[in-house]
Amino acid sequence: MKKITLVQMKTGAKGRIVQLEGGPAFESRLSAMGVRIDKHIVKLSAFVLQGPVAIRSGNTVLALGYGMASKIWVELIKK
Amino acid sequence: MKKIVLIGNPNVGKSVLFSRLTGVRVLVSNYPGTTVEFLEGYVNIDGEQMKILDLPGTYSLEPNAPAEEVAVKMIEEADLVINVVDATNLERNLYLTMTLLEQRRPMIIALNMFDDIKHRGISIDVAKLEDLLGVSVAPTSGITGLGIKQLKERLVEAKPGQFDRGTHQERWQKIGDIIDKVQQLSHRHHTLFEILEDASVNHAWGVAIAIFIIAFSFKTVRFLGEGLIKYVLEPFFQLVYKPVLESFSIYLQNKPFLHNILLGRMIDNNIDFEKSMGLLTTAPYIEFVIVLPYIFAFYLLLSFLEDIGYMPRLALLLDNIMHRLGLHGFAIIPILLGFGCNVPGIIATRILESKRERFIASTIISIGVPCAALQAMIFGMLGKFGARYVIAVYLVLFSVWLFLGAALNRLLKGYSPELFIEIPPYRWPDFKLLFKKMFLRIKGFVVDALPIVLLSVLIINLLQQIELFESISQFFAPLLNKVFGLPKEAAWALIVGFLRKDIAVGMLIPLKLTVKQMMIACVVLSMSFPCVATFIIFLKELGPRRLFQAVLITLSITFLGGATMNFFLH
Ligand SMILES: Nc1nc2c(ncn2[C@@H]2O[C@H](COP(=O)(O)OP(=O)(O)OP(=O)(O)O)[C@@H](O)[C@H]2O)c(=O)[nH]1
Ligand SMILES: [Mg+2]
Repeated sequence: MKKITLVQMKTGAKGRIVQLEGGPAFESRLSAMGVRIDKHIVKLSAFVLQGPVAIRSGNTVLALGYGMASKIWVELIKK
Repeated sequence: MKKIVLIGNPNVGKSVLFSRLTGVRVLVSNYPGTTVEFLEGYVNIDGEQMKILDLPGTYSLEPNAPAEEVAVKMIEEADLVINVVDATNLERNLYLTMTLLEQRRPMIIALNMFDDIKHRGISIDVAKLEDLLGVSVAPTSGITGLGIKQLKERLVEAKPGQFDRGTHQERWQKIGDIIDKVQQLSHRHHTLFEILEDASVNHAWGVAIAIFIIAFSFKTVRFLGEGLIKYVLEPFFQLVYKPVLESFSIYLQNKPFLHNILLGRMIDNNIDFEKSMGLLTTAPYIEFVIVLPYIFAFYLLLSFLEDIGYMPRLALLLDNIMHRLGLHGFAIIPILLGFGCNVPGIIATRILESKRERFIASTIISIGVPCAALQAMIFGMLGKFGARYVIAVYLVLFSVWLFLGAALNRLLKGYSPELFIEIPPYRWPDFKLLFKKMFLRIKGFVVDALPIVLLSVLIINLLQQIELFESISQFFAPLLNKVFGLPKEAAWALIVGFLRKDIAVGMLIPLKLTVKQMMIACVVLSMSFPCVATFIIFLKELGPRRLFQAVLITLSITFLGGATMNFFLH
C-alpha cells in the first residue's frame, strides 16, 4: 500500500497511521492524545493556504496545524 | 493536612467534581484549558479535614504549556490522586491513567460523564475495569450528581498502582487489551448535534456558521444590553433612585463639601447622572446603568458559546489568520475572554505553549481588545451618532491587531508552535452551571471594579473642586490638539483611563465632542495605557521587562493610531 500524509489525504477519507516523522517528543505528544501507529483515523476537514487539519480518532476530534499534519503518514483504508 | 489532587485530561469534568466535593464555585466550560492555575478547597472525610486541589488538565506527565506544568508539579506533593477519566473517551484517557499508575501513588479513579455514555452507545464493565487496573473506579457525573457521595466514601480505598514503567507502545498495548475486555460500542444513528459538529469544522460550512454566530452574538449583546438599560435600569434610576437622592440633596444643603463629593455638582439645579460626578450619582450610574447590562449580555453569550463547545471550533477556523500574528488558533480563547475583561484574558494565555506567544497574545489583548465596560461606553456614547461609527472603531482596532501581531511576529526571536487541540463534542449547556458561572463573573466585575470606580470619581470630583484641572489640561493641550485633534480637557479622561476606562469615556460626555473626535477618543482610550488591573496582571504574568516593552509599544501605537485617524478622517 502506498502511504501519504494527512495533508495529502482527501477530506472524508479513512486511514491507518503508519509513521510519525518528527522525533520522540513529537511522538509522545501525539501519543498522549491518542494519535499513534496503527490507529485508525478519519480526515474531517482541511483549510486552504496551509491551514490546519481536523481528524477524528476514536471518539476524539483533533485539530492540528499543517506542519504537524504533514509529518503524520497514513495508509488509506478502502471501504 | 492530607492533600488530594484532581488530575486528568483537559475538559473531563475535574472542576465540576471539585465544586461538588468542596462547594467552592469555579469556572467550568466545554473546552480544554478552562482551569489554568490550581485552586484549593476542603473536604471532610470521616471527620478528617483534607485539602483538595483542582488542577489544569494534562494529557501526559510531560507538560507542554505553563498550565500543564502546574498540574504535573502538584502531583508530586499529593498524598492521594483522584484521576478523573472521561467515560465517553475511555481509551484515550487511560493513557494518562497508565502513567499515573506507574507512579505508584495512592490513587482512585472517578469515571466521570457516566451519565453521557448510554446515548453515545457505549457500555463499560466497571467491575472488570477495576479489576484490570488494580485500583477503585467510581462512576460519577458532575452534572447529575451521580456517584459523588460514593466517590467521597471510597477515597479510603485509594491504593498505589501496580504497573511497571512502559514505553508508549507498551502502554497502548495494555490499554488496547483492557478496552477490548471492558468496553462495548453499539451502532447508532447520527444525532443533530453530531451533524452540526462535523459541519462546524468544515472549511466552507464552518466559516458560514462562524460568521452567523459572530453576527448573531453581536446583535444579541446589543439588543439585550440596550433593552436592559432602556426598560429596566434607566427607569429605575430615574423614577426610584433619583427622588431618594433629591431628598438627600436637600438634607445636605448646608454641607456643600459633602454634597459635592456624594452627589456632585448640580447641573441646572438638577442631579445629572452623566455629569454630576458624585460618588452616589455618576459612579453607580456608569457602572450599573450603562456598563452592567452589557457585561451581563456579553457574559451570557460568551458562557453559552463556551458551554455548548463552540470555542475550539473557532480556534480551528481562525488558525490561519492567527499564524500571521505569531499565534495559533487556540489564542482566540484568551482574546475572546479579554473582551469581557483583559485580566482573565491575560491569565488564560497560560494555555499557550511559549513565552513568545504569551507576550504577543497579552500585548494584543491589552492594546487591541477593549473590555466589556469600555465597549459598553463606546456603544452608548458613539452609538448615538450611528452604528457605523462603532463598527469603524472595531475595524481600526482589528487592523491594529493585525499590524501589531505581524510586526511582533517579525521582530521577536523564535517561532510559534502549531495548533494541536482537542475539539470536544457539543453539549447542551447545563443552565444551572451556566448561571453560576455568570454570577461568578459578574460578581467578580462588581467587586473588582466598584472600588476603583469610586476612587476615580472621587479623584475627579476633588480635582474639580480645587481647580487643578486647568493647569494640567493646559500642559497636555498641544499634544491633544495637534496630534489627536481633541480639546485639552480630554487630558483628564486619558489620565483617568489608567484607573477605569469606562469612567474615562464618561468624562468625555460634557465636552460635546464631534463624531470624529469621539471616534478618535474611543480608539485612543482603547489602545492607550492598559488600566491598572491589566497593568498589574501583565506584570505578574510576564515580568517587568515584558511589561516595559508592552508599554513602549502601547504608547507608540496610540500615538501613531490617533494621529493617523486625525489626519485622514473628516
Ligand atoms: N454530561 C456531562 N457533562 C459533564 C460532566 N462533567 C463535566 N461536564 C461538562 O464538561 C465540560 C468540562 O467540565 P470542566 O469541569 O470544566 O472540565 P475540566 O476537567 O475542569 O476542564 P479543564 O479545566 O479545561 O481541564 C463542561 O461543559 C461540563 O459541563 C458529566 O459528568 N456529565
Ligand atoms: Mg477545570
